[in-house]
Amino acid sequence: MSRISDAFKNGKAFIPFLTAGDPTADATVNFIFELERAGASVIEIGVPFSDPIAEGPVIQEANIRALSNGMTTDGVFEIVKRVREKSNIPICLMGYLNPVFHYGYERFFAKCQEVGVDGIIIADMPYEERMEAKEVADKYGIDVVALIAPTSEQRIQMIAKEATGYIYLVSSMGVTGMRSEITTDIEKMVKAIKEVSDTPVAVGFGISTPAQAADMAGKSDGAIVGSAIVKKIAEHGENAAPVIYEYVKSMVDAVKAL
Amino acid sequence: MSKGRYGIHGGQYIPETLMNEIIKLEEAYEHYKNDPEFVAELDKLNKEYAGRPSLLYYAEKMTKDLGGAKIYLKREDLNHTGSHKINNVLGQVLLAKKMGKTRVIAETGAGQHGVATATAAALLDMECEIFMGKEDTIRQALNVYRMELLGAKVHPVTTGTQTLKDAVNEAMREWSGRVDDTLYVLGSVMGPHPFPMIVRDFQSVISKEAREQILEYEGKLPDAVLACVGGGSNSMGMFYNFINDKDVKLIGCEAAGRGVHTKETAATIATGSLGVFHGMKSYFCQDEYGQIAPVYSISAGLDYPGIGPEHANLHDTGRAQYVPVTDDEAVDAFEYLAKTEGIICAIESAHAVAHAMKLAPTMGKDEVMIICLSGRGDKDVAAIARYRGVDLHE
Repeated sequence: MSRISDAFKNGKAFIPFLTAGDPTADATVNFIFELERAGASVIEIGVPFSDPIAEGPVIQEANIRALSNGMTTDGVFEIVKRVREKSNIPICLMGYLNPVFHYGYERFFAKCQEVGVDGIIIADMPYEERMEAKEVADKYGIDVVALIAPTSEQRIQMIAKEATGYIYLVSSMGVTGMRSEITTDIEKMVKAIKEVSDTPVAVGFGISTPAQAADMAGKSDGAIVGSAIVKKIAEHGENAAPVIYEYVKSMVDAVKAL
Repeated sequence: MSKGRYGIHGGQYIPETLMNEIIKLEEAYEHYKNDPEFVAELDKLNKEYAGRPSLLYYAEKMTKDLGGAKIYLKREDLNHTGSHKINNVLGQVLLAKKMGKTRVIAETGAGQHGVATATAAALLDMECEIFMGKEDTIRQALNVYRMELLGAKVHPVTTGTQTLKDAVNEAMREWSGRVDDTLYVLGSVMGPHPFPMIVRDFQSVISKEAREQILEYEGKLPDAVLACVGGGSNSMGMFYNFINDKDVKLIGCEAAGRGVHTKETAATIATGSLGVFHGMKSYFCQDEYGQIAPVYSISAGLDYPGIGPEHANLHDTGRAQYVPVTDDEAVDAFEYLAKTEGIICAIESAHAVAHAMKLAPTMGKDEVMIICLSGRGDKDVAAIARYRGVDLHE
């Protein structure tokens, strides 16, 4: 059983996201320990990319901050390695295909296994294009987390059938970022997924309050929060640890109370 | 492997949110491209609105001056809106309308594709929003106002290098938030399948006409065909119907900016490597970690860090050759064509003219070359004046 599957064993999951190297590698390592202490089930670590086409302004800016501070793919692996010295929390990388492709699939996923990455989410790798990376990821035991969107319709079950790790259910159209309300019929989509798959489903995009997190986790197996956390990191920089601890704890409490 | 492959290149590397829309677009295109009514409607627009066929002009003075191959210019600069971009947008905006869309969005670099899209949207009663790098809105201020006159809303993009690649990023982000009533009218032979195919098909009218025209004028096929390459739409259109004519040399002219040995270049084939970006596998200018490089060219329309997947494959197979042309060479060619033939061409097209000036003297007088003059140069006059240190008060 993988670390990721275990994370969904004890009730609803809460999955925070942050960008590696935003604002520094040391800060990211520190933030991850705080997120774990606050009760996170899985940590998503963004691999910065120059042109993140699925991100809203908050995560775009985090990517720019991380890259201009010298973060690289090797730097991301170094962060995971340092976290693994003290922690067993499931770690999922999230990013775009080009840095993975350019590193070389073999080299990239071997390195993931070596440092203790559990899964990867690639925003611009839809089902049709998954095999070139997934074949190699499978070999090294890295889960490729599949994304399902409000527009997926008849594609939902095709994607869900072979999903491993967890399924990232995109709550809303458009790019990442906070939203005042989520109008997609999440329950209907989760039902379609559950008909063909036992893989846990976590909902992300647009969640920023404990109430929203509880609502989305209530309709699925967990909630993912990115931009709202990254915004606090942008505001508080290297001193963001206590702020994100309190913030994430409030959402973990709401989700775990379900 | 997914659809839309050219050798190892192409594919559909986009967020899941857009996948169904891309599939619907492909289905609609496959249907309408064989629909006699659609074909007739587009044909009528091309003839009566865009002014096709475009002229194939024998550049006699240039030919004599260079003293080698006989030079013909395919005059896409004479099309309505002043460039080859109209060929693609009339097709795509008409397709959008048939699909029941009421709004089109597009990216633009030099502004030519934005102007063409705004034009087609005005004609076909569609809402239109254009994404343009802020840097480019300054370089091409006249085209911004032109788009606004045509009823489009122009969004200056302030992320990244604030040029064409960032405009594409922003248009993709916008599209992923609103697909129901909106089609992203991509301007070049790039992006996820089916865009490289659709844009190439609509642009292939260039070589369809040129092939017929040169056979009529010369009684034989050309020895070489030249066109400038950014994403590669005019060149793909210019090459396409000559690909099976194995003796016709196909030469794409990339923007080398300040030179391929500097960082200020946009020559993808000369300096790039294999990657996956903007929905496609192809060659891109990028660093050792696969971060897309900030590229540079004097020409806003060629200032793009990638190249369309079909070009990447033509390069791999050796069917086409790609050569870098610097800012200096392009500006010299821009001025040369103006003084020699009385034609002010786009600075993009001047890259092809510049290579022709090197190549023609090495060819025999019985040989023939065609240069695709993809656009007219009114938009570039102020920038060229600045380049030459001339102070204009507009």
